Amino acid sequence: MPPEASSPISAPTVRHGSNAGQPLTRRDGVLKVTGRATYAADNHPQGMLYAVFAGSRIARGRVTSLDVAAAKAHPGVVEVLTPANRPPLAHDPDKKMPPFGFRVDVLQDDRVRYVNQPIALVVAETLEAATEGAALLDPQYTVERARTDLSNGERFAANGVGVGAPPRTAHGDIEAGFAAAARITEAEYETPAQYHNAMEPHAVVAEWDGDRVTLDMPNQALSLSAASYAAYFGIPAENVLIRSPFLGGGFGSKAMLNGPQILAILAARMLKRPVKLALTRAQMYGPVGHRGATWQTLRVGTDDGGRLTALHHRSISATSSFDDFLEPAANASLPLYASPAILVEHEGLRLDTGTPGPMRAPGEASGSAALEVALDEAAEACGMDPLDFRLANYAQTEPGTGRPFSSKALRDCYAQGAARFGWAGRPLEPRRMRDKDGFLVGWGMGTAVFPCPHFPAEARATLRADGTALVETSGVDMGQGAWTALAQIAAEALGLDPDKVEFHSGVSSLPSGGIAGGSGHTASAGLALHNAGQNAIAELGALAMADPASPLFGTGNIGVTARDGRLYLRDDDSRSDSYADILSRAGRAELAATAKAARDPAVAAAHAMFSHGAVFAEVKVDPDLGQIRVSRLVGAFAAGRIINPRLVRSQYFGGMIWGISFALQEVAATDRRTGRIMNADLAEYHVPVNADVPPMEAILVPEDDPYVNPLGVKGVGEIGITGTVGAIANAVWHATGVRARRFPIRIEDILNGGASFRAA
Amino acid sequence: MNRFDYIRPASVAEAIAAATEPGSAYLAAGTNQLDLMKVGVARPQRVVDISRLPGLDRIEWLADGGVRVGALVRNADLAYDSRFSQAFPGVAEALLSGASAQLRNAATVGGNLMQHTRCAYFHDLASACNRRAPGSGCDAREGENRLHAVLGWSEHCIATHPSDFCVPLAALDAVVEVESPAGRRDIALDALHRLPGSTPERETALAPGDLIVALRLPAEAAAFSAHSRYLKLRERTSYAFAVVSAAASLRIDGGVVTHARLALGGVAAKPWRARGAEALLAGARPAEAIFAEAAKLALAEAKPSGDNVFKIELARRIVRRALSLAGEGTPQVMPALPASPFATVPGAHHAA
Amino acid sequence: MSLSISLVINGEPRTVQIDDPRVTLLDLLRERLDMTGTKKGCDRGQCGACTVLVDGRRINSCLSLAASLDGARVTTIEGLAEGDTLHAVQAAFIAHDGFQCGYCTPGQIMSAVGLIAEGHANGDPERIRELMSGNICRCGAYQGIVEAVLEAQKTLADQAGRDGRRNAA
Repeated sequence: MPPEASSPISAPTVRHGSNAGQPLTRRDGVLKVTGRATYAADNHPQGMLYAVFAGSRIARGRVTSLDVAAAKAHPGVVEVLTPANRPPLAHDPDKKMPPFGFRVDVLQDDRVRYVNQPIALVVAETLEAATEGAALLDPQYTVERARTDLSNGERFAANGVGVGAPPRTAHGDIEAGFAAAARITEAEYETPAQYHNAMEPHAVVAEWDGDRVTLDMPNQALSLSAASYAAYFGIPAENVLIRSPFLGGGFGSKAMLNGPQILAILAARMLKRPVKLALTRAQMYGPVGHRGATWQTLRVGTDDGGRLTALHHRSISATSSFDDFLEPAANASLPLYASPAILVEHEGLRLDTGTPGPMRAPGEASGSAALEVALDEAAEACGMDPLDFRLANYAQTEPGTGRPFSSKALRDCYAQGAARFGWAGRPLEPRRMRDKDGFLVGWGMGTAVFPCPHFPAEARATLRADGTALVETSGVDMGQGAWTALAQIAAEALGLDPDKVEFHSGVSSLPSGGIAGGSGHTASAGLALHNAGQNAIAELGALAMADPASPLFGTGNIGVTARDGRLYLRDDDSRSDSYADILSRAGRAELAATAKAARDPAVAAAHAMFSHGAVFAEVKVDPDLGQIRVSRLVGAFAAGRIINPRLVRSQYFGGMIWGISFALQEVAATDRRTGRIMNADLAEYHVPVNADVPPMEAILVPEDDPYVNPLGVKGVGEIGITGTVGAIANAVWHATGVRARRFPIRIEDILNGGASFRAA
Repeated sequence: MNRFDYIRPASVAEAIAAATEPGSAYLAAGTNQLDLMKVGVARPQRVVDISRLPGLDRIEWLADGGVRVGALVRNADLAYDSRFSQAFPGVAEALLSGASAQLRNAATVGGNLMQHTRCAYFHDLASACNRRAPGSGCDAREGENRLHAVLGWSEHCIATHPSDFCVPLAALDAVVEVESPAGRRDIALDALHRLPGSTPERETALAPGDLIVALRLPAEAAAFSAHSRYLKLRERTSYAFAVVSAAASLRIDGGVVTHARLALGGVAAKPWRARGAEALLAGARPAEAIFAEAAKLALAEAKPSGDNVFKIELARRIVRRALSLAGEGTPQVMPALPASPFATVPGAHHAA
Repeated sequence: MSLSISLVINGEPRTVQIDDPRVTLLDLLRERLDMTGTKKGCDRGQCGACTVLVDGRRINSCLSLAASLDGARVTTIEGLAEGDTLHAVQAAFIAHDGFQCGYCTPGQIMSAVGLIAEGHANGDPERIRELMSGNICRCGAYQGIVEAVLEAQKTLADQAGRDGRRNAA
C-alpha cells in the first residue's frame, strides 16, 4: 500500500451524467469555508440576553443554598432562575416524554442527581456578566456518597436496552453448545464512559412572540423535538419553529431534549426577551448524554474446526439513578457470526451520573469492541488466522432467526480489505514483526456491522415553470452531507441536474425528514424525497398527456421517463416535452407534490438488514516505552447503493477515527469519591488530533440491495467505529502479546508486557 | 471571570509598582493566566498587562557565547530561531513538543516558566487543594492520580509541573533574571520552582511583584549542542502534556562522556534535575549499560503517590532512551514529531 | 471602565469601545462585532476552533483579552476570500472534503493559512499533521485536511512563483 494513499476522488470532480452516485463536493461547502454557515449560537436577535447555567459540583445530594443576591448584584445580571422562582412547565420533567424523551433536570427541586446538573440559570445583558453571575452563586450542598462504578453502583434487572430492544435474546441451547465445544475462551472487557464532545457545544437562541417560539438550536430530530418542546411549554406543536440549518456535530447528543436548553427557552418567555445559552465545554459532561460504561463478559465455544458452538455475551451497562438508557452492547453478538447457540444478556447499573444516551453506534461500538477481541482470542486458541476464523463462522443467514440478509457483501469486504492491506502472510504469533526503526508492528482485523433502520419521513417537491425545482424536508446536516446527498436523490427523481434543484432543509416547519440518527437519514428522508419527486413527475406527465399541444398527448398508457428537465415517451426519445413548456402551457407557475415514505413491514420482517465491513489495522508500539501509534487503517464496507462516494468515504474515515479514539484515547476519568469527571475538557479528555491519524483507506464495496428500501441505500455514518476498535486492539496484541481488555489501551497496560501496573 | 481593573504599564518599573499592590496579577499572552481566570482559580482584582513592555522581546547573544532571551519572546520565535536551535537543540525540541502551534505563537518565555500545574484538583474549585487553598487538603491523594508526581511530592501536594521547556533549561543551568522593587537578581532555573513540602502554595521563589524579564543560558550549555535530545511520552501523538519526559545532553570527547546533563519532566512539582546520574555518566563510554545505571540512579528516590507506580519504570526507560538518543547525536533537522518516540526524519513515512 | 482600542480587522481599521476588560478577542468578534465565522469550541485553547491571525500569526482568540490587542491586525475567516474568489486554502478544503460538520473549519482554515506562512512544513505530510494538531476535528476529516493543506501550499507557491516571474519581467 502506498504510504500516502491518495483518494481517487480527490481530483476535481468530473461529472458523468448527473445526480445520485456522483462524488459531488458539498453544496454547503462555500458557506462552511467562508464562515457564513450559521450555527445556533451565531444568531443574535435584537435585545438578546445571555444565559449561563450553574452546574452542580456534587453528584448526589441537595442544594441547600445559593447566593442569588451576590449574582444579582453583579452589574448586568437581569435574573436568576432557581427552583424558588422557576416558572411552571406543562410537562412533568420527571416523566419521560414519548416516544424517546428522557427525564430532564430543569430546576424542579433541590435534588442533585449528577455533576453538572443545572442548579440555577443566570441571565444577563452580557456573556461576561452571566458567566460571573453563575460563578458567584456559591452553592452549598448536603452531600450523599456518590455511586461511581461497579463496586458501589446499584445493579438492576433491565427491562429494555437501547431504544426499546429486549434485554435478553436466546437462540439455541447455550449450555449444549458449550458442552459440544472443544475449546472455550472466556474473558471480561471494560469500556468507559465517553462523551460525544461535538465541536459545537449545545446552544439555543430562543425568541418568543406571544405563544409562538423560534428556537435556533442544533437538533437531530426536528419534528419530534418541536412536538416535545411544545408539550413542555403547553403550546401547539406548530407554534414551535426550530431552525437547525447546520449542526456542529451531533453524534446522537443533539437528538434528545435536555435541561439547559429548556431552561433558556423558559427564561426567554419569562423575561420577554430573546435569550441565548451556549454550554461551556465542561458543561458538556453531564446534562447532554454520553456513552455509558459497560462491563462485558464473552464466552466463546469452538469445535475442532474452529467453528462456533456457542456464543454467550453479557453486559452490565451503566445508567443514571433516574432514567434507564442502557448501552445494548451484547446485542452486537446477534447478527454477525454463525453459531448454533447464541445468548445475549444485559443488566443495568445505576450510577450518580447524567443519563447516558445514544452516542455514535450505541451498543454496536462497545459491543463490537469486546466481541471482536473475543473472536481474536478464540482464533488464537484455535491456532487460526483471525480472518480465516471469521470466514469459518460466516453467517449465510441471520444467526438464530435464519432470515435471509437483504444483501450481504461481507465476503467481498474481507477479500478486498485483506488484499489492499496485504494481510496474507501475517504471522500467527505475536511479537514477530518489527519495522526498520525497531518498533513492534502488529496487524489486527475486525468485522464491522450496523443495522439499517428506517424512519417515517415526508417531503415535498415543487416543479417550477422556469425549469427549476424546490424540494423540501426537515432534514439535518450534521456533517454527514445531507444537504448534498438528499439533493442528489431528489434531483435524480426529478430528472434534473442538481444545480437546478433548490433544497430546503433544517427547519421544523418543513415536511418531517424524520430523525438524523441510526445511520438511517439518507435512506429515510431520501426515500420521501424520491417519492415526492416521482409523484411530481407523475402529475407533470398527466398534465402533458392531457394537453393536445404536447408531443406526449394521448400516450397515457405508455408512460414517460424524466431526464434533464424533459419528459420522454418511454422507449421513444423522439417524443418529449420540457417541464417548463408543460407548466407554461397549463398556465401553472409551479406544480407541487408531497409524499410519505416508510418501510414495508412485510419486507422488513422477512429480511435481516445490515451494512457490513471489514477493518484492518496496523499499529506500531515502542517496545520499551509502550506508546502506541496506529500506522495504517484499511476499511472495506458494503452499504448498498452509494449516493455520493466522496461523502461516504469521509463518513467511513470519521467512523474509523472514532475507532482509534475508542481503542486508545477516550475515557472520562471519574473521581471515585465525588463522581466528578476530572478531565471534563478537551485537553485531558483525549480525542484524536491530526497527528494521531494515519493514512487511511476506505474501500466502497459494491452491493445491490433490492429489499432494504426502493433506493437500495444503507447507512454509513456509524459502521466505521465497529470493527475498528477491535482491529486496533487485536493489532496491539499482535505487536506486543498483550491482550488489553480495558479500553482505552494505555501505556501502562503495555509496559512490562501486561497488567502488572494496573491499579486494582 | 471576576471583574478586574485592567492596566497596561509603559515600563518595567511601572509594571512592578502596579503588581506589588495586593490582588494584582501579571498578564502576558494569557495562555495560562487567562485560562485560570476563566475557571476561577485565579481571581485577580487588578490585571497588569505586560504583553507589550518594551525591550523584553529580544534574543541577545552574549560575548561569552551565552544567550539572553527576553521574557516576552514567543515560544515559537525562540524555537525557530536558527542560531538558538543550533546552539540549544534540546531546548528547541522541547518547545516544539509543547501545546500547539497556535499556543506556541502566543505563549511567552516568561509565561511558560510561570505556568501552573495541570492537576485537575488544582483546577476544580470544589476540590480540596493545598496549592490553591492552603490548608484545605489534597484531594488528588486518593483521587484520579495516575499521572501525578513520583518524585519530590509530599502528603500536602502531589502535583507535577507541566512545562516541557523548563526541563532542558533545568538541565542546562539556565538562569532567570528577575526585576523587583529592590532591584534585579538572578535565580537559577532549578531554584525557581519549588517542591511542595508543607507549603505547596509557594510555587516559585518569586515574591509578589517580582517580574521575570529574561532567561539566560550560559555558554557552557551550548557545548552540548551535538548531543542533546528531549523525549516526551504522551497519551496522544501531539497536543498533550507529558506523562513523563526527559532532557538529555552529553558532551562526548574521544568516545567518552565528559559532561552529562539530565532532567525529567512530568515527575515532580518542578523540572527534576538528576545530578547523581550526571555524575555517574561523566567519564563513562556511552553505552546502554551505563545509561541504565544512570536511569536507575535518577529514579532511586521515586515512589508512587497514587495509581502511578508505572511512571517510575516508564521514567527509567525514558531516561535510558533519551540518553541513548543523545548519544547517537542531535539530528541534523528537527524531527517531524518533535520529542516523540515516533519522531521521523523528513520525507520518511511510517508505512510497513 | 471603558477602553477604546484600535484594531484593523480584515483590512478595515476599527475603533472599538470595550466596556468590560474581560472580553476576549473571540467574544468581541462574535458577540459585539457580529463576526460569527470564528467559532467557540472550548474557550480554553484546547481545540483550535477560534483560531485567527493576529499580526499574521495564528493564535487562539479565546485566550486573548481584546484590550490587550490594541493596535493589532486581525484576520478572520470572513477576511480570507476576495469577493467571490475563494482563498486557495478554502478551495482546497472543499475539493478534498476537509470538513464535515464545518464547525471547526474556520479555525482549521485559518490555522492552515498560518502554517503555510510559517513555512516549516514544506511538503511533508507528517509535519503538516503535527503542525495542524492544534485544531481538533471531532468528525474526523483529518485526511482531507492534510491533502488540502498540501495542495493549497503548492497552489500558493506556484502563484508566488508566477507573480515573482511577472515582477521580474
